[in-house]
Amino acid sequence: MSTESIILDWLPYLSEGIAVTLGLVACSLGIGLIMGLPMALGQIYGSRPVQIIVGTYVWFFRGLPVLVLLFLFYFGIFPGIGLGGIPAFIVGGTVLGLRGAAYQSQIFRGAIQSISEGQMTAARSLGMSRFTAIKSIILPQAMRIALPGWSNEYPEMLTESSVCYAIGVAELLTRSSQIVSQTYITLPIYIVCALIFILLNYIGMKGLTILEKKLKIPGFGGGGEGAL
Amino acid sequence: METTEYILKVKDIHKSYGNVEVLKGVSFNVKKGETKCFIGPSGTGKSTLLRCINQLTVPDQGQIWLHDEEVTHAGPRINYFRQRIGMVFQNFYLFDHLTAVRNVEIALIKVLRMNPKEAREKAMYELNQVGMADWADHYPAELSGGQAQRVSIARALAMDPDVILFDEPTSALDPELTREVIEVMRNLASLGMTMLVVTHEMGFACSAANEILFMENGRVIEQGSPSDLLNNPQFERCKAFIGQYHGFHE
Amino acid sequence: MDQIVFLTEILFPALIGGTVITLELIAVTAPIGLLLGIAIAVGRTYGSWTIVEICKGYVIFFKGCPLLLLLFILYFGFPTIGITFTAFTAAVIGFICCNSAYNSEYIRGAMLSVQQGQLIAAKALGMTKRQAIINIVLPQALRRAIPGISNEFIYLIKYSSLAYVITVIELTGSAKQVATKYFMYTETFIIVALFYLAIVTVATIGINAIEKRVAIPGFVQK
Repeated sequence: MSTESIILDWLPYLSEGIAVTLGLVACSLGIGLIMGLPMALGQIYGSRPVQIIVGTYVWFFRGLPVLVLLFLFYFGIFPGIGLGGIPAFIVGGTVLGLRGAAYQSQIFRGAIQSISEGQMTAARSLGMSRFTAIKSIILPQAMRIALPGWSNEYPEMLTESSVCYAIGVAELLTRSSQIVSQTYITLPIYIVCALIFILLNYIGMKGLTILEKKLKIPGFGGGGEGAL
Repeated sequence: METTEYILKVKDIHKSYGNVEVLKGVSFNVKKGETKCFIGPSGTGKSTLLRCINQLTVPDQGQIWLHDEEVTHAGPRINYFRQRIGMVFQNFYLFDHLTAVRNVEIALIKVLRMNPKEAREKAMYELNQVGMADWADHYPAELSGGQAQRVSIARALAMDPDVILFDEPTSALDPELTREVIEVMRNLASLGMTMLVVTHEMGFACSAANEILFMENGRVIEQGSPSDLLNNPQFERCKAFIGQYHGFHE
Repeated sequence: MDQIVFLTEILFPALIGGTVITLELIAVTAPIGLLLGIAIAVGRTYGSWTIVEICKGYVIFFKGCPLLLLLFILYFGFPTIGITFTAFTAAVIGFICCNSAYNSEYIRGAMLSVQQGQLIAAKALGMTKRQAIINIVLPQALRRAIPGISNEFIYLIKYSSLAYVITVIELTGSAKQVATKYFMYTETFIIVALFYLAIVTVATIGINAIEKRVAIPGFVQK
């Protein structure tokens, strides 16, 4: 049997790994967004203790290798709180999400801080509460500014998700390795795996570029300040 | 009897930044429909004074009343007073992510809870007032400075405020663009809008103001009608200032 | 077992041994990764069509291919075509490919931001294109690229842990061994986390110092 046909036989099994890989990416981006935005707001508008807590969280999760975090949570923390039997995918998704939140919060923070103070002043002068001003004026602008940086998280997380191999999540790399150990065809299978990753990267970035174009506002973001 | 006549009363406002006392006790009263212009050298606290009125800057001392309700120490109710006190800024501060018409209607929807259709009608009406209806769907970056400032005036007008504060509304503009903004303001004054204007435009101050207040070093040191300014010797300091800074002689 | 004994006699010696390997991995990778990154950036910006395309392909592949997969290809894949590396060498090659691909992007961006006039002025003085790039464009571009390169360096510290998966017993690997043997996962990985945080923090301080030293007055770094 030729190498090509063996690879073709295993392709369906490998492709299922795409769903798992994308699932991990979705966890990371999703949890990262849901947690990262409030964290950014807390770090900017929050009280001193809130700022310190968020700052420490970010320092911890950004300072550590994913591999160490995965080991810590998979072998240490989850079993430690009685969740030892939990599927590796959930541990992987959680860790990537918590980590994503740390990174994304800093993207959002930078974007929010780049908006001129006048926007808040004008909003408050119209009688908006601080909350309404943040929600209706600051965030819609900040999210647009953050989008390019946020988009960059996608390829990062895509490649990062493969580290979940180390705790046995059945994503693309894990499945490739399983196929390798079954078929003893090493290099071609790993290269197919690499090409799938590169393709996913390409497609995702194209999609995000289209989204960026769609949300674009004349003279705003991308080009930066300048226009007045 | 007399007290009810004033819609805005400002009493003994003090404000310091660190060791620098920017406002050293400023008081004045404003009647409905009146236009007051504040002039004077830069750094004498004119802008700070305006910001104290709607509490964007909290004064250290002194009181402000709008219709006999105290604006100072209002707590969360300050948002209500800010709806009643419009403000126009030197650098426009239009919301960069919203079109002109959205800029005007956003506070109507989010603050006054007007329904979107009504808000849109109101916003278009105000844009029309300032001659910007044709630009309703343009973003701030697509507008000239004069156009942007007219939109920001419409944004303040839309709230139907009792008084509008103008903080050097033409200082960031070229002379030609200044003219279109001044026209709008002159028109507003003649329609009976109550306005407090910090400006260097002596032409506007002399023709549209009911009263001119000359400020120096955190105090109002001379005040009176434009004709007093031109004819009355009590305005010596003010005239010297105008001569020096504007080459204004009559 | 006594916690103190575990820490002082088992965990710390193991982690210090691992730290040495981690630092070795970084020390070999970082300079080569930077030089290769510069070469690729120059090739992509000023090279002939063929060189530009090759450099582009290099960057797309090594940015898009997960590093762990790259290590598998080098360590498990290459021996099947007769090329064998030690685990340490495979790890270093993988890191260099990844590090240089990212660095080249930062440097290229910085080179494009150097004004065209700089190159023209250099040529007007009689410099060759090569001299102009080396003496005028790169010194400016590298300064602008420092934040990106520093970032990448911090990433390198962290992803050097992946070497463990292809059997290099560096910091993470030594921790994993101890944790598995003594079944002390949480304690061990919290301590190893502190090791990494310490390394990253020291590196950040060092980078900031370098950044200050090479700063030029009035030269905006973005």
